[in-house]
Formats: sequence, C-alpha cells, structure tokens
Amino acid sequence: MNFFARFAQNRGALVGLIILTMIILMAISAPLLFPESPWRMVQRPFLPPLELDGFPMGTDTMGRNVAAGLMHGAWVSLLIGLVSTFVALVIGVPLGAIAGYYGGLLDDALMRFTEFFQIIPNFALAIVLVAIMQPSVTSIVLAIALVSWPPVARLVRAEFMSLRHREYVEAARLVGQSNRTIILRQILPNAMSPIIVMASLMVATAILLESSLSFLGLGDPNVMSWGYMIGAARTVIRQAWWLSFFPGLAILLTVLALNLVGEGLDDALNPKLSRERS
Amino acid sequence: MLYARLIIMRLLKAVIVLFLIVIFNFFLIQMAPGDPAAVMAGEAGATDPEFLRQLREQFGLDQPLYVQLWRYISGIATLDFGYSYRQQMPVFDLIMDRMPATLLLTGTAFVMSLGLGILAGSMAAARAKKLSGSVIMALALVFYATPLFWVALMSVVLFSVQLDWLPAYGFASVGTGYTGFALALDIGKHLILPATTLALFFMAIYTRMTRTSMLEASQQDYVKTARSKGLASGVIQRRHILRNALLPIITLAGLQAGQMVGGAILTETVFAWPGIGRLMFEALMQRDYNLLLGIFFFSAALVILFNIITDLVYGLVDPRIKEAS
Repeated sequence: MNFFARFAQNRGALVGLIILTMIILMAISAPLLFPESPWRMVQRPFLPPLELDGFPMGTDTMGRNVAAGLMHGAWVSLLIGLVSTFVALVIGVPLGAIAGYYGGLLDDALMRFTEFFQIIPNFALAIVLVAIMQPSVTSIVLAIALVSWPPVARLVRAEFMSLRHREYVEAARLVGQSNRTIILRQILPNAMSPIIVMASLMVATAILLESSLSFLGLGDPNVMSWGYMIGAARTVIRQAWWLSFFPGLAILLTVLALNLVGEGLDDALNPKLSRERS
Repeated sequence: MLYARLIIMRLLKAVIVLFLIVIFNFFLIQMAPGDPAAVMAGEAGATDPEFLRQLREQFGLDQPLYVQLWRYISGIATLDFGYSYRQQMPVFDLIMDRMPATLLLTGTAFVMSLGLGILAGSMAAARAKKLSGSVIMALALVFYATPLFWVALMSVVLFSVQLDWLPAYGFASVGTGYTGFALALDIGKHLILPATTLALFFMAIYTRMTRTSMLEASQQDYVKTARSKGLASGVIQRRHILRNALLPIITLAGLQAGQMVGGAILTETVFAWPGIGRLMFEALMQRDYNLLLGIFFFSAALVILFNIITDLVYGLVDPRIKEAS
C-alpha cells in the first residue's frame, strides 16, 4: 500500500485534511473577500450574528466585522504555527543529532541543557520572553520556538542513538565518509518520519500557544489574530458571547484538524507501529 | 538507602535549576526595554530623572555588571525579589499572598484530571473495539484541541450567565461574613468552574495515555496467564492491567506539572481567581517586569516541587525502586 492509501485509511485524518484545506482557503481568500482592514469600524458595535447581510458573525465592541477578523486571523495563526515549528526544528534537530551521534560527555552536556528548558514551565517562559522582547510576530515566533524545541531534540537523539550502529552506517564509516556526511546523508533521512509526525503536532501546539499569548494581550498589535479577538471580548462576555465563540471555534477546529492529520501521517509513515498499537 | 539518595539528588538538582533561573532572570531584566531602574520601578517610560537616579543608586545600577549580578543573587537568597512600585508591596509578599489560591486550583485540577482521565482511559481500553470506546477517544481528542481560555469563557456563558448555577468570578462571595464550613462551601462553589476547565485539557492527555498504556499491558504474558486461569475480566482489568499501566502515567503526570501552572495563568485570568496566574496577568498589563520575573521564578519552583512529589509517589507505587537499595 502506498503512502496516500495508508493515510486515507484513517478516516479521521481525511476529515482533518478537509478542515485544514478549508482553513487554508479562508486565509488565502481573506484579502479578496474582505479587502478592507479587519481593524476598521464598519457597523454599529455589538451587532449580533445574522442580523445584517455581510455580517454573519456580527460586530465587536468597536464595530469591527467579526467575520473579517476571523478570515484574516487564519493567516496569522497558520503562519506563526508553521514558522515557529520550523525554527524549533532548526534548534532541536541539530542538537539532538549531535547528542545522539557522538554520545559521551557532549551528549550529557546537551541533555542537561535540554532538561533545563523542559523543567521551566513553557507558557510562563513564553510570556516572559514576549513581554521582554515586546510583542511582535518575530518575538512571538522566537518565544514559541524556544519553548518547543526540547521534545524535538530528545526524539532526534533517541532516533540517532538507535540508528548509529546500524550496518549501513558502519559501512559508510568504513568507506571513509565524514561524520557530517553520515549524520546528514545516512542517518537523518532514516529518522525523518517520526520528525515529520512530531512537527505536524507541534504546529497545532504552536497555534494554541500563539492564541493564548495574544489572548493575554501579547499579540502583535499590527495583526488581527483569533486569540486577540477573544481576549478583547473577555470583559464583555456577558453581553456578547459571539465575539469569543467564533474565534475560539476556529482555533479548536484548526488544532483538531492538525492533530488528526498528524495521526494520519503517523499511520502512513510508520505502518507497522500503528498496526501494532491498534 | 538508594531511595533517600535519589530524593537528595533531586533536591540538589532543583537548587541548581533555580539558581540558573535566577541568572537567566537577571539577564532578562537587562534586556527589558528602557532604563533598568525604570524597569525595576515598573515605570517604563517614566520621566522623573531625580527618582530614576535615586533608584539607580539604590539598586547599584551604577556598579559593574558582575557586582549587580552578585547583589541580585544574594538578594534572592534572602528572599528579596525586589519591590513592586505598581502594587506598593515587596514582590515576595505579593506572590506569597496569592500562592495558596493557585495551589488550591492546580491541586484540585491535578487530582481531578488524573482521576477522571485514568477512569475514562481504562473504560476506553476495556471497550477498545466498541462504539463507546471510540466516543470517549473522540471526546478526548476534542478537549485536547480546545483552547483553555475559550472553554473557560464558554463555561461562564453557559453555567453562570445562562443557567445561573455557579459563580463566575472570584475566590469567595464578597461581604457574606461566612466562616468555617459555610466559607469552605462558598470557596468550593467558586472553585468548580476554574478547576474543571483547567482539568479538561489534562484529562484528555491522561485518557489517551491510560488507554495506550493499558492496551500495551494487556498484551503481556501475565495477562494471558490470568485469562487462562479463568479470572473475571473486570478483575484482570483492575488488578493486572491497570496497576502495571499506572507507572508511565505517573511519569507523564509529573512532566505535565509545568503545563498545569501555565494553564493556571489563563484560567485565573478568566475567572479572576486571586492566584499567581492572575497576578502575572496584572503584572503584564502594567509592564511590571520585576513582579513578572518573580512570578516566573516561583512558577518554575512550583513545577520542581510537583516533580519531586511525583518522584515520591513513584517510589510508593513501584516497590522495585525501594527494594533496589
């Protein structure tokens, strides 16, 4: 069975893929459907959903269109989720690879370093980092990456430790390939599938983290995000439930879809393992 | 005495980690925007130069960096975390005032999520091939993906605004003069919504973990032996499978402690629960960096405390650790 057939066997993963595609389409079509800035006041404030044409989700405390904010926010969530996961991989993969490949004192030192970052409460560290660096897309991406790389390093290290004594690695060593080449060309490609699965789940966690940060008022003040919308509506929750309801539902669906796709990828890339598990 | 040595090693490690966090905090203060004196005063952008000059002298900011670092570390060693000029109180006192509420909230949520998670997970494992098992797992997946602060807000709308069953804000009703049992009941009522919403996400994690762990344990030879002896399947589930599946769950629960403290920041913000999470939100709003870093330090300390407790429990549950000595 090929990759896609195995992926499609997991019905949840297919549902996830469909939801995810819809959210990506939302993000792409936002500037076409709502060319105006989502920050602009366009109607009277506190307009309930479905009351007026063009405002299916009503307006917020400042008379901004909730539907427009939701579409534009999709872009920010996906972007920050993807980029911060990429940065976390850039930190975690080399550290884990070096620790797992060389072992010994270097491994000990790198693992102590990783452990330190794992003990510190993730979210509290992200808050402190963004607050000190000042909220912006860059500082949010950096903070999320800095709190999410340790599991990557540990996973890559474990993979490298189990792969480094395989026959093909010994063979590469015998023909005189350098450590660098062995790490990059021999072991890393074989360690790729668990990394891909982990990365897809990390995007989901990154989106949750980003929304939590902007909920607390630590979002980039120049971009509309789902977390900001909920945070701004927090104090008026008694009068206007819809201001928090729709953006929250969007976060829930996105994160759920990414988790489902991650599970599907796991089935497709590690077929033997997942069959044993179920 | 391997067990005792293990605990001593853990305490030693805890001290080292906390020391590193103090150094980390010191450099973060240096990185904060604006004059460090202004940062310490929580007055970023303040303009009174005479006040700032006094502060600089008071905090020794005219000294070289290593002297400052030394002063900072020795300050914290004597529990001096600086002064919050915004709240007009020493940072340490502020945090200690709020700590009991956070301990109550996270403790309740921890017990709740672990208990219900293990229950739901073992039900899902026992009914792995049935619809009810799938439904439990689907629910767990949804709760795992739900933003904490959103569940919190939605439960305010449903249980507090619409149904009017439970209070939505605060720690206890104001001006009732309750004492003793009545007060405990009142606090308990206020605790239900924050603790439940905080517990949901972790319950989802434990449910998934318990199910996987139990399905793995059910493949073991001793389970086959128990089955061929003709033991009732309920007995096998509880005494043979669940007991052995518990160990990885306890390890995981220890690792989740950090997340729990992080989650408390969000739930306390929504429910105006007077703990250190809410205090952190207030510090954020006021750009009170000194207080912010103090809370950061204590949230890490809390996580380490949780981890040590997990280690102790682990020793109790798995007698092999003690017997190894």
